[in-house]
Amino acid sequence: MLETSALACERGGLPLFAGLGFALAAGGLLRVRGPNGAGKTTLLRALAGLSRPAAGTIRWRGNPIGDDYRREMLFLGHAPGVKDELTVLENLGFAVRLSGRENGECGKALERLGIARLADLPARYLSQGQRKRVALARLALSAEIPLWLLDEPYAALDVDGIASVRDLCAAHLARGGLVVLTSHQDVDIAAAAMQALDLGN
Amino acid sequence: MADAFLAVLRRDLQIALRRKGEVLNVLVFFIVVASLLPLGIGPEPNQLRAMAAGVVWIAAALAALLSLPRLFAADYADGTLEQMLVAPQPLALVVLAKVAAHWLTTGLPLAVAAPLIGLQYDLPADALGLLLASLLIGTPVLSLLGAAGAALTLGVRGGGALLGLLVLPLFVPVLVFGAGAVTSGLTGINPSSHLSLLGAFLAVCSLVGPWAACAALRVALD
Repeated sequence: MLETSALACERGGLPLFAGLGFALAAGGLLRVRGPNGAGKTTLLRALAGLSRPAAGTIRWRGNPIGDDYRREMLFLGHAPGVKDELTVLENLGFAVRLSGRENGECGKALERLGIARLADLPARYLSQGQRKRVALARLALSAEIPLWLLDEPYAALDVDGIASVRDLCAAHLARGGLVVLTSHQDVDIAAAAMQALDLGN
Repeated sequence: MADAFLAVLRRDLQIALRRKGEVLNVLVFFIVVASLLPLGIGPEPNQLRAMAAGVVWIAAALAALLSLPRLFAADYADGTLEQMLVAPQPLALVVLAKVAAHWLTTGLPLAVAAPLIGLQYDLPADALGLLLASLLIGTPVLSLLGAAGAALTLGVRGGGALLGLLVLPLFVPVLVFGAGAVTSGLTGINPSSHLSLLGAFLAVCSLVGPWAACAALRVALD
């Protein structure tokens, strides 16, 4: 469903990778590895349509990525996108409404990530890991979005948090979703089709 | 689609309500600047009346400028802007909602406070009404043009000064016709042509402003 061919990206005029091609089918997990500066984030941002690749094409269901694609893709970047002034629940509710869906089950999603008791706390009192959990709570509400692009989903999370994300991804893959993630840690997500992509060598 | 507009508008107003200081700063700045001038120039009523509209409009433009750098900066820093760009909703709608929230928290309070300033300049009642009307039509234009400028200078070091250089020249027509409406009212000329021109600016800018801001935001986040 997600395919790239001869993809090349650069950052500040410096080539990061070139000739990158992969195909990810329904239920497939792609883990992007590589040392710092190898271009993992740049690749994910290109896949999300945020930055334009220097060369090559990205196709979703056989078509170049465009407006329809954004409906079928969830991108969670390094920055959690959590506002200090809003409560945890308001933050999650806004993120869900921005992506064009109803925010009915937010309480349950927070529970899934183990932060239900923080729901009414302004986000400025949260730790780095708790912020990350607020951002990741969207995963629990995004079952119907086929493609998940997760940039360092494990960063700043503790063991429990990592387990929640792992379970959410495994469940998504089991129902035929696609997951692309970058991580420096070991990824032991149960997946029928796991691919690893090594950048920077 | 309207849902995303309302979601962004509501969120920005909520944030403004919880950071009242920033909203009040802009309003107080406007009042102080507009009140300082009569003290510096002296109490000659005819002179004051003649320059009232110009002073109020310059103070409003500077106050708008003061608030503009924050328009996208916070969302840019915490990653929300990235989410706005990857969202399925049209980015222009999101930008328009942010501009609307900006106007409701800066332009509208300025416009409402302006007649009080006008009293200090001994403006007659109908001129006070004209001042209010010109600001109500004109300040949204400042927000719209300012949004494009704020998007262009996003992430640039020393962006605040650059933003001023960029948008103040664009504010000139609004300033001229906004102040002109009040002055022509004072001299007994029908001010409707000035107000109509302001309305035309508003119509053009509400189309061009968000579009330009969107293009600039996409470049800033590439």
